[in-house]
Amino acid sequence: MNRLLPVYTLALREVVRFVRQKNRVFGALAQPVLFWIIFGAGLSASFTPGDSAGQGYNEYFYPGTVVLVILFTSIFATISIIEDRNEGFLQGVLVAPVSIGSVVAGKVAGTTILALMQGGIMLALAPIAGLPLDLAQVAAAMLVLTFIAVALTGVGISIAWNMSSTQGFHAIMTAFLMPMWFLSGAFFPANGLPSWLAAALAINPLTYGLAAFRYALYEPGSPALAHLPSLPVSAAALGLFALGSVAMATALARRRPAGPDS
Amino acid sequence: MTLSKFDTGENPLLEVTNLSYSYGDTLALDDVSFSVQPGEIFGLLGPNGGGKTTLFKILSTLFRIQTGDVHIMGKSIQQYSLAARSALGVVFQNPGLDRNLTVKENLKHHGHLLGMRGAELAEASESALQRLGVTDRTNDRVDTLSGGLARRVELAKGLLNKPPLLLLDEPSTGLDPGARLDLWRYLKDLRNEQGTTVILTTHLMEEAESCDRLAIIDHGRFVAIGTPQGLRSRVGERILSLRCEDPEGFAAVVSREYKVQPVIVEGRLRLENISPESLIPRLLLDHGDKILGLSMERPTLADVFVHETGHTFWKSEQGVDPS
Repeated sequence: MNRLLPVYTLALREVVRFVRQKNRVFGALAQPVLFWIIFGAGLSASFTPGDSAGQGYNEYFYPGTVVLVILFTSIFATISIIEDRNEGFLQGVLVAPVSIGSVVAGKVAGTTILALMQGGIMLALAPIAGLPLDLAQVAAAMLVLTFIAVALTGVGISIAWNMSSTQGFHAIMTAFLMPMWFLSGAFFPANGLPSWLAAALAINPLTYGLAAFRYALYEPGSPALAHLPSLPVSAAALGLFALGSVAMATALARRRPAGPDS
Repeated sequence: MTLSKFDTGENPLLEVTNLSYSYGDTLALDDVSFSVQPGEIFGLLGPNGGGKTTLFKILSTLFRIQTGDVHIMGKSIQQYSLAARSALGVVFQNPGLDRNLTVKENLKHHGHLLGMRGAELAEASESALQRLGVTDRTNDRVDTLSGGLARRVELAKGLLNKPPLLLLDEPSTGLDPGARLDLWRYLKDLRNEQGTTVILTTHLMEEAESCDRLAIIDHGRFVAIGTPQGLRSRVGERILSLRCEDPEGFAAVVSREYKVQPVIVEGRLRLENISPESLIPRLLLDHGDKILGLSMERPTLADVFVHETGHTFWKSEQGVDPS
């Protein structure tokens, strides 16, 4: 059997569903943009750029906002697994003659397409943040966003797969996913932090994703790139993050648990 | 591997051997064995929580086998799970359609998962929808369909690749009586025309009556298995039920004087395998003052259940079907 057919069809379903649920389109884009506007305006007065001279908070916060859009897209897309599995289309997918690897790949592919659609819209706003991008920069940025979306979707699937209620997912989102984003360098730079906080940033894989994204947006040597992990380290860590989280999602999904008798 | 590589030969279509399943310390299935022949409509009858949904989830490959084995067309579903799945059509009790998609889109995605595509898929989809009479709603979104119509689309989805074995979990849930009759007519047509074997779970006695054979499940065990007629004959031609003030005391009297073994079910004396023509007049003459009520019925499958388990099917209520 054609191995790509189930991946294609599951990814397509993901995109069609998303486009038909207007509130999801709105939710994934509007909240980060609101954050950007409000925090950008509120914090720009107190933000001292330090070495990254000339960079306002609006501009500093912009890459983090784009990553937040990706994070929200991944969360909204994977949280549906929980209900979809007990009452919905996923039941039929799980008893269809396709490997669980294809099911995970379909989910990851579909969600990544959604994330890139919205990430693309966000990149169009870059000039407003004071970042006029050329074509090569846009291409590099989209490539980095692809890896970030794959990684975060893998994380989302890993969390959602064994979860019996969406409330549980919300709890993890508040206690784990949002802090992961806060501590990625999205909100504040790594320089001048207490050592425990700096350590938290250093072990957070999303830190490297965000760093790679900043490298894509700026000319090499730009002051905005100070205090970041180096480009090779960022790229390698992001690649591992994506690979590792998808591998974990697949392993967890393969180990289909003895669910409750509903 | 595909279906054609299955060796149907002399094998039963489905064979379950020594299947047990537990959730932690709770044993949900306890050493269940049975087989189903090609073309049978086989029912799993039992109260909710009796283990039939667990069995359904194992047969549909949703749950992994813990102990025992299941063979479909001679192949173990543990070793050949993908091949087994391509031989199955599954209709779950909970809605299994994507409500944001149209009827046609749901069938298209499902067909792709089964490895069908293009003209073959379009044709199969069209003919499945036609059989179930939903062709006029093909391009409507599922969330605009009534419950009964959505159920029919679920069935069409389960039949898309004409599977040799159709698994239905509580198929009548949410169907009005007319739609139930349609469903059964349809299942029998399928069996007669395509030789489809059907296994379904139900907690409705009337539905169980329509099966070729059925197994009664209680507390994870098969308490009886056979044709509806054969199962009923276990409790005799007639059942006598007596209401009285002191069931225990009266049971002892009846047992001593008439050489029958009454059982007490929910405060009433039940007498099975009796000849009521001679027993009732004697009972009334000898003990008419103790008898507050008396009824006599032909046995139903509910009586078989009581006969085999010693308790009623609906422990708290009297045969009220909530669905």
